[in-house]
Amino acid sequence: MGFSDNSKGFINYIYDRYKDLKIKDISLVFEGQVTHQVMKALTGLVEEQLDEVEEYMVLRRVYHVMVESLQNINRHAESYEYRGHPYPGMGLILVAKNSERFQVTTGNIVDNGYVEDISMFLGKLNNMDSDRLDDLYKQQLRDGVLSPKGGAGLGFIDIKRKTGNPLDYSFVKIDEETSFFIFTSTISR
Amino acid sequence: METLKIEPTDDSPFVVLDPENNRFEISGKSLPEDVVVFYQPVLDWLTAYKKEPNTKTEFTIKLIYFNTASSKLILDILMIFEEMVEEGHNVLIKWLSMQSDEDMQEAGKEYEEMIDVPFGHITYEL
Repeated sequence: MGFSDNSKGFINYIYDRYKDLKIKDISLVFEGQVTHQVMKALTGLVEEQLDEVEEYMVLRRVYHVMVESLQNINRHAESYEYRGHPYPGMGLILVAKNSERFQVTTGNIVDNGYVEDISMFLGKLNNMDSDRLDDLYKQQLRDGVLSPKGGAGLGFIDIKRKTGNPLDYSFVKIDEETSFFIFTSTISR
Repeated sequence: METLKIEPTDDSPFVVLDPENNRFEISGKSLPEDVVVFYQPVLDWLTAYKKEPNTKTEFTIKLIYFNTASSKLILDILMIFEEMVEEGHNVLIKWLSMQSDEDMQEAGKEYEEMIDVPFGHITYEL
C-alpha cells in the first residue's frame, strides 16, 4: 500500500519541509494550542539533554527561554475563531541551533492595540545594559502584581538579561484587529 | 504546629515545613500551572509559624529551576522570614545551587540584596 497518485503534491510538500528544517538546523517545530502540558512536553525535550554538563548553563537558558516564551503564548495569545470555535493560546515555536548559538522563535496572534506597547517595551530592553536590566527586574519583582493569568511581567526582562543578546521581534499585520507577533531570543553557546 | 509536607511533581517542588524536627526545605523544580494555588498553603503556614517560631529557623532553598512567576512567590516567602527577623527571631536562609549553575547562584545573591535576612550561599556538585 502506498499513497495514491494524487498525493504527489502532499508528499513533495512534506519532503520539502523536512529538507528545509535540516538546512536551517531547526531541531524543533510546534504549532498549536500551547497548554501547560504542551509547554512541559516541549521543554522536556531540552531538559533530557541537561546531563551534558559542559553545556549545562547554555541548555538551562534555552529551557528557561522556552518556558517563558511558551507561557507568554499560553497567557497572552489572542484567540481566533474558526468555524465558530474560539482557539485560545495558539502559537508556534521553533528552535534552531548552530555551532555558535541556539535561537528560540515564537509566533502568535496579538491584538493590534498591544503592538505599540510590546514594541516599545522590547526596544527599551534592547537599549539597557545589564545593570539597568537587573534593577528593572528587581523593581518589577518587588512592585509588580501577578496578573489574573498568572504572569509576573518578568518574562521578557529575564530573557533579555539571561541571554545578553538583542531580542528580535516583528509584527505582521493580519487585519484591522490583529497582527502576528514573531519573537526570537538568541542564546550563545 | 503541624508539619506541612508537599510531595514533588514534574512541575512543582518538594516542600517540608517541620518545626518539631527543625526541618524547613523547598527543593526541586518550580513552574506550576498556577503559582498562587501551589504556594498559598506554604505562605499561610509560614504566616502562622511566624507568630511562634523555633529559637532558630534554617530554611533551605535548593531549587534546580524556577520560572519568573515562581520568583515572585519565592520573594513573598522570603518576606515572611524578613518580618520574623524584624521581630527579633533567629533566621538563616541556606541557598543551595549547583556548581555549574551560575544563574541560580546569581538569583540567590539578588534575593539577599532585596531582603534583610542572613543568607548562606552553598554550591554543590551534581
